[in-house]
Formats: sequence, structure tokens, C-alpha cells
Amino acid sequence: MNKLGKNLVDIGYMDTLSAGRSFLHKLDARAKLLTTVLFMAAVVSLDKYQVSAMIPFSLYPIFLIGAGNLPAGYILRKTAVVAPFAVFVGMFNPLLDRQILFHLGSFGVSGGWVSFLSILIRFSLTVSAALALLCVTGINALCEALVRAGVPKPFAVQLLFLNRYLFVLTGEAERMTRARRLRSCDRGATAPRAFIQIVGHLLLRTMDRAERVYRAMLCRGFDGHVRVVRFSRIGRAELAFILGWAALFAVFRSVNLPVILGQAVAGAWK
Amino acid sequence: MSHHIIEADAIRYSYPDGTAALGGVSFRISHGESVALVGENGAGKSTLLQHFTGCLFPESGSLSIGGVPVSKQNLLAVRRAVGMVFQNPDDQLFMPTVFEDVAFGLLNLGVPEAELEGKVMAALETVGAPHLRARPPYRLSQGEKRAVSIAGVLAMSPDILVMDEPTSNLDPLSRRRLIGLLRTFQHTKIIATHDLDFALELCERTLVIHKGSITADGPTREIFRDEQLLMRSSLEKPLSLGS
Repeated sequence: MNKLGKNLVDIGYMDTLSAGRSFLHKLDARAKLLTTVLFMAAVVSLDKYQVSAMIPFSLYPIFLIGAGNLPAGYILRKTAVVAPFAVFVGMFNPLLDRQILFHLGSFGVSGGWVSFLSILIRFSLTVSAALALLCVTGINALCEALVRAGVPKPFAVQLLFLNRYLFVLTGEAERMTRARRLRSCDRGATAPRAFIQIVGHLLLRTMDRAERVYRAMLCRGFDGHVRVVRFSRIGRAELAFILGWAALFAVFRSVNLPVILGQAVAGAWK
Repeated sequence: MSHHIIEADAIRYSYPDGTAALGGVSFRISHGESVALVGENGAGKSTLLQHFTGCLFPESGSLSIGGVPVSKQNLLAVRRAVGMVFQNPDDQLFMPTVFEDVAFGLLNLGVPEAELEGKVMAALETVGAPHLRARPPYRLSQGEKRAVSIAGVLAMSPDILVMDEPTSNLDPLSRRRLIGLLRTFQHTKIIATHDLDFALELCERTLVIHKGSITADGPTREIFRDEQLLMRSSLEKPLSLGS
């Protein structure tokens, strides 16, 4: 299996995880979705120089991973895969913002470095929470939750098909690259002309395959409405989940717990 | 749709690029019949099958299932009556687990939650795959994928089973199992295949399609003995009929 094939299985692993039977899996998808959106809003809205205040927020993704019996290494690996985007977003901050905020010994730490670190932490928290949400809910239930939460249906269906066709596209790409490799006598990188041909064919083949997939769905009664096996409704558990976490996020957002804890420990030490 | 009679009357169809795929196809298939559709690559078999489920509509001529014309207005009724098993099971299986995939059609039919488990498991047991219920479809063998894709269609209790190359990519044992399974079905069956031995074992009637037209329609054994006819359609006499 080549790298593309491995990635395909790796993405599919999220679907496997979403079929778990933990209490988090059984919660209504809307509750998990709303809580995660609240979490993201709380994290993203913190001041750009805030770093310590973000640490308590890590409790939420850790909870999702722990209570959902998810493999932490897998989530971390997937988060790291998209980390370069966050690096690109914040890489110029140290150059643009050189105002010294504090000193670490004799080394002056500028606002740019602090905001860069802040972006990386925000990114890690939100992406890992989103991945964990996907793993304990599944894309179909998540799309249904979006529709039931009032998101326009075409958007949710687009998301569903994006996930479905990702497998189709990757599968076709895997077969094409394998065929190229077998006939390229290990000459290494693809020539630009051949690359353009491959991409063009890939598009045509994927469209063809996508058409067949869609027809197969139509034959089994698909009418543009996303339906899932795991039926649930907002009950006490869901309300407790949303309100409990919302209260915690409010506390984390308004009080810098690590600073208070640090001051308390320092006070006790004196 | 009490009697699941399929009636095609001079169906014509051309693809958007102008390729003529069907040039006036007519036949009548009665309730409970098992019919093989054979012909060379590009003869029009898959195009014809797609008309049965309303994925394509005739340019001229008419097709009716149980007296109901296959048209945009009747799509729901037609798709309830006809279960289509695609040539490539990967085109059909896409849910995270086998259970959810078999349940996909049932959910679209509005089957209540209380009945879902029973219906899904009954379909999986019919194809001998209840142990696969929690497995992700993309990790299954070709034979298992085929069995699950049939279960997904059977769960919807169709009256007519349409299959496109059901034995392709199957090892001999999986193929034999599929024959045994299909023998137990009382549905009207239409099977497009290149596997003439398979057709001989399962279908009492055969339609030969050549360049978009039906060139022969009759008892399977009789048609498969006509070597001239088979040769004209790029087919070969099945091994089981001897030389």
C-alpha cells in the first residue's frame, strides 16, 4: 500500500472510531456540536497575548479523547499534519511585533513571539477538539446535527459528499500513481507534462466514479436528506453536558486560573 | 404494483456525446422470472439496467414496472420496487459500518427505529454476514463487500432484483456462495453478466444484447448452444455445455 492508500485507511479510521459505544458517542450530536462551537468561540476570543489562560481549555479535548476512548496519538498526529497552516499564519508576528512584553532571565520576549505561541496553542486546541468531535460523532451524524441546528441543508449535504468523495478521489489517485510508478522504471519525480495528464485524468475518472456513487445512493432512496442510525434527542444528559461545559468555559474565559494558582502557590511558599 | 411485470417498448437512448447506446429495445419479463442479460462490452447492458432504476430515462419508447411507467414522477415507487446491485460494490458501500450501510436504504424509506435492527440483521443473515455488522466496509474482502451490498438492497424488500456483473472480482468459492444465495431468492431477477456459466445455473431465460438491440430472447440453454449467435455477440459457449 502506498502513502496515499495509507492516508485513505487513516481517514477511514475516524469513521471506525465514530462507531464506538461510549456515553459520548451516545450523546445527541447537536449537544456535542454546540459545546464544541462554544469551546472554539471561547478559545478564539481570548486576547492575542494570552497564553496561560488557554491552558485550562485543554481539559475539553482531553475529556473528549479520554471519555470517547479515542487514541490520543492518532488525534495528535492528525493535528500535527495541519499544524504548518498555523505556523504560516503566525510566522511573521515575531518580525512585525517587536515590543518586549517580559524578560526570561536576560532574554527579552517580544509580543510577536507571545502572539505566535498563542496562535499555535489556539490552533492545537480547536483542531484537536474538532477532530475528537468528528471521531465521537461521525460525519453523517454531524451533518444531520448541522441541519437540525438550522444550517442550510445544501451546506450539510455538500459536507457529507465532500467526505464521501474524498475517499473516491484518494482511491483513484492511489491507483493512478501506482500505475505510473510501475511503468516509470523508478525514474522518480513525475515530469510536469505527465503530471498534468494524470491530474486531468484523475478529475475525469473521479467525476465518473462520483456519478456512479451518487446513482447508487439514489437507488437506495437518497433524497438529499441526511439520516443516521443513532437516533437521539436532547435529554438531561445532553443538557448537563452543554451547561456543564459552558459554565466551565465561562470560568476559564473570565478568570486566568493558572495565574491565580501560581500566585497562590507563590504566596504559600513565602 | 401487484404483478411485477417489466415491459420495455422500443426504448432508445443516446449518451450526451451522441453515442447511441440503445436502439429500440423491447421485451416483457414476468413476475418471478430469472433473466440473464448478456452481450459484449459496450453492448448496452449497463445502460439498460440504469433505466430500470430511473437513473436514465428513454429518449423514446417506454418502460414500465408493474404497470407504472418509469418516469420522474414515479421514481420513488420504482426505486422501492427495484433493488439494484452495482458492478463495483465500492460504488455502493459508503457508510462507516456495515450495519449503517445496510440501514441506509431503510432509513430513507422511513422505517421506524424499533424495526431497524431486526430488518438489518435479517438482511445480513440472509447473505451470511451478520458477523460483519460492526466492520467498516472498506476493510472487507471483495466477496464480503458483494454480500453486504446485496444485503443493503435486500433489506429494502425489493420485488425485483437487478444485478450488474455480480460475479466480477469474486473468487470461485465466493462465486459459488453467491449462486447458492441467489437460488434461494424468489424475486424477479435480471442479471447482466459475462459469466455465462453463472447465467446458465441461475437464469432460465436469456436476452442477448448486441450494439444496443436485442438479438435473441429465449431459454438460456438453447441460446448458449447457438455458437454463431454467441460469436456475433463476442461471447463464448459456456464450458459446462461442453464442446
